[in-house]
Amino acid sequence: MKSIPLAYSVRNLWTRKLTTALTAGGMALVVFVFAAVLMLDAGLRQAMVSTGQPDNIVVTRRSSGSEVQSGVERPQAALVESQPEVVTASKETVVLIAQPKRDSGVVSNVTVRGLSPQGIALRPQVRIAAGRMFRAASTEVVVGRSIAQRFAGTGVGERLRFGARDWLVVGVFDADGSAFDSEIWGDVDQMMQSFRRQVYSSVIARLADPATFDALKQRLESDPRLTVDVKRERQFYEEQSAALSGFISILGLTLSVIFSIGAMIGAMITMYAAVAGRTGEIGALRALGFRRRAILAAFLAEALALAALGWALGLAAASLMQLVHISTMNWQSFGELAFSFTLTPKIVLQSLAFAAVMGFAGGVLPALRAARLSIVDALRAA
Amino acid sequence: MRQFLKLIVRNTLRHKLRTGLTVLGLLIAVLSFGLLQTVVGAWYAGANAAAPDRLVTRNAISLVFPMPLHYRDKIRAVPGVKRVGAANWFGGIYQDPKKFFPQFAVDGAQYFEMYPEYRFVEEEKRAFLRDRRGAVVGRKLADTHGFRVGDTLPLRGTIFPGDWSFTVRAIYDGAEARTDTSQMFFHWDYLNETMKRRVARRADQVGVFVVQIAEPARSAEISQAIDAQFRNSAAETLSETEKAFQLGFVAMTEAIVVGIRVVSFVVVFIILAVMANTMAMTARERLSEYATLKALGFAPGYVAALVLGESLAIALAGGLLGIACTFPVAAWFGTQTGTLFPVLAVSPATVAMQLGCALAVGVAAALLPGRRAARVRIVEGLRAIG
Repeated sequence: MKSIPLAYSVRNLWTRKLTTALTAGGMALVVFVFAAVLMLDAGLRQAMVSTGQPDNIVVTRRSSGSEVQSGVERPQAALVESQPEVVTASKETVVLIAQPKRDSGVVSNVTVRGLSPQGIALRPQVRIAAGRMFRAASTEVVVGRSIAQRFAGTGVGERLRFGARDWLVVGVFDADGSAFDSEIWGDVDQMMQSFRRQVYSSVIARLADPATFDALKQRLESDPRLTVDVKRERQFYEEQSAALSGFISILGLTLSVIFSIGAMIGAMITMYAAVAGRTGEIGALRALGFRRRAILAAFLAEALALAALGWALGLAAASLMQLVHISTMNWQSFGELAFSFTLTPKIVLQSLAFAAVMGFAGGVLPALRAARLSIVDALRAA
Repeated sequence: MRQFLKLIVRNTLRHKLRTGLTVLGLLIAVLSFGLLQTVVGAWYAGANAAAPDRLVTRNAISLVFPMPLHYRDKIRAVPGVKRVGAANWFGGIYQDPKKFFPQFAVDGAQYFEMYPEYRFVEEEKRAFLRDRRGAVVGRKLADTHGFRVGDTLPLRGTIFPGDWSFTVRAIYDGAEARTDTSQMFFHWDYLNETMKRRVARRADQVGVFVVQIAEPARSAEISQAIDAQFRNSAAETLSETEKAFQLGFVAMTEAIVVGIRVVSFVVVFIILAVMANTMAMTARERLSEYATLKALGFAPGYVAALVLGESLAIALAGGLLGIACTFPVAAWFGTQTGTLFPVLAVSPATVAMQLGCALAVGVAAALLPGRRAARVRIVEGLRAIG
C-alpha cells in the first residue's frame, strides 16, 4: 500500500500560516504550563535532595515534623553523640526570624541555624562565596546566597538585629542550590543564649558506615531515655518538601489537563476545516489509488505536525523559565525556601508525549471523517 | 437592525460543529479562569474575615517564639483595650498528617467574646466552658471528618509533645459565608496545666495575644502603646491589626499566588488563539460573500460589524455558560478539598472578570478578520474561493 508523502501534510500547514500559527500557539501555551509545572517540581526536589548527604542522619524530637518544632534536651543530645556508629555530630538550634525583603519590604520568615565547626564540616556542599566563615563563639553570622540577594540587611558588613542582639554579617555562602542557601548560620552557643533556649533543635551526625543506619535507628528510637525520630538526612529533607511538592504537581497537572481540552478543541476546529476545504482533493487522492488508511494517516500526521510545532514553541518558552528563581514559604518548616525551574530530559520527553496526545485527540475525529468520504461524493463536492 | 441581528444568528449557526466546539472551548476557559480566581480569593479569606477591632500581638522575633503569660495583664491595662485573649497554635496531627486542620488553644470565655461571628448553640457553649478537656470544632471541619458532639478527638502533638485527647462539646457555625469554620479550639488552661506536668519550663508561654479594642480608628496608636510596654525586655512584641497579621501569611506564599494568577490569564490567551482561528477561518471562507454585500452597496463598516457581531455572539454564549457552570463546580471542588480552603465562594468580582474576559476575547478575535472583510476589494473578493 502506498502512503501519502509527509510533505503533503506539512505543506498544507504552511499554506494556511495564520491558522497554523494560532492553533500551534494555543498548544504551545498548554505545553508551556505543563512543562513549567514539572520544572518547578523538579527544581524543588533537586534543592531538597542536594541538601541531604547520604551518610548523614538527623535526630529530632519524636513526631515533631520539622527542626523548628523539635527540641532535643542536652543529655539526650550527648547520648546520640556518643553512639559508636557516629563519627562527627553537630548539636544545632534552628529558629525562624521575621525579616523584611530588600525590594518590597514585605516581612517573611528566614531560617536561622546555630551550629558548630563540626556542623559546617557535615555539609561539604557549602562553600564561602564572599567574605569569610563566622568565627566560633562570636556574634558573627554568614548568610546563604539566596538570602543575601533577597533580604534587607544581609550584605557582608551589614548588621542584623534579632534576639536582642546585633549580628555582624561576615560572609555569604553558596550551598549549591540546596535548602541551606535559604538559611542564616551562626555560632550555636551564642544563639542559644540570645534566644534563651535550653534545648537543641536537632542533632546532625555522620555515620562511619551508612549501612549501620537501621540498627542505630532501632536502638535510639527504642531507648527509653530518648523520645526521638532518627532519619537519613536525604529522607528528612524530602519529607520537608512533600506538601509543597504535592500541591504544585497536583494543581499544575490538573490545570494542564483542563487547558489541554481547549487546545485540543482548537486543533479539532482547524483539522475539520482542513478536511472540509480539501474534500475535492481527498476525492482525487482516493481516485488515484490511495487507500482510506493512507488518507487517515496523512491527516493524523498533519495534526501531529501541528502539535510538534506547538511543543517546540512551548518548550522553548519554558526553558527560558530556568532563569527565574522562585522563593516561597515551605509549609512544613514555615521558612522561606528558594528554588528554580529545572529542565530535565524526562520533562522534555513528558511534554512531547503530552503534545502528541493533544494532537492525536484533536486530529483523530477529523481524520476519520476524511477517510470515510466516498470517492464519488468527494469528487462531486469539488 | 433586525435584519442585521438575523444575519449574525444565521451566520453563527452555519457551521454548527465549529461554533459548538468554539463555545465549548470558551466555556472551559471561562470556567477554569473563574475557579482559579476563586482559589486565589480563598487565599485571602483569613484577611477578609478579619475584624477591624481586633489586634494580634506576637513576639517580635517571629511567631516561633512565645511570650510570658503575665503580658496578658499588662496589655489589658493599656488604655483603649477592651479584652485580651491568649492563643497558642497547637499543630497536632489527627490520625494522619494529610488530615491537617488548624488547632488553637484559647482562653475559652474571653476569646469567643471577641469573635461574635462564631455562632454557638448556647447550651453547647456552656458545656464546652464546663469541660476542661472539651473542644469546639467548626461546621465545615465537623462535616469533613464526621465529628459530632460527644465524640472523642485524639491528637498527636508536634510542638507540644505527647498524645492528647479532647471531647467535642460544641460545633460552631459562621455568621457569614466568609467565616472560617474549619478550625478547632480547646482550653488554653488545659494545655498549660498539662505542659506544667510534662515540660515545666514551657508552661505559662503564650503564642499570640488577640486584643480587642474599643475604637478601631485608634488601632495604630494602641499597637504602639502595647509594644512600648515590652521594649528592651526579653520578649519584645509586635502588634498589628488582624488583617495585617493575616496578610503577612499571604505575603509569604506570594510566589504561589502570583503563579496561579499568571496561569489563570494564560488560559484566556489559549482560548483567544482558538477563537481568533475560528473567526479567521470563517472570514476567509466568506470573502466572496462580503464582496457581494459590498457590491450591493453595504458600507465596509457594516461588513466588519457582521464579523464582530458573530464573534461576540459566540464569546458571550461560551462566557455565560462558563459562568453558569462555575457555581456548581466551585461547590463540588470545595467539598472535595475539604478543609484545605476554609472559604471557597465565587465573588461578584470574579463573575465580572469572567464576563469581561469573554467579551475581550470576542472583540480581539474579530479584529484582524473584521479588518480584512472591510478592506477586501470587490473584484478580488468575488474571485476568491474559500
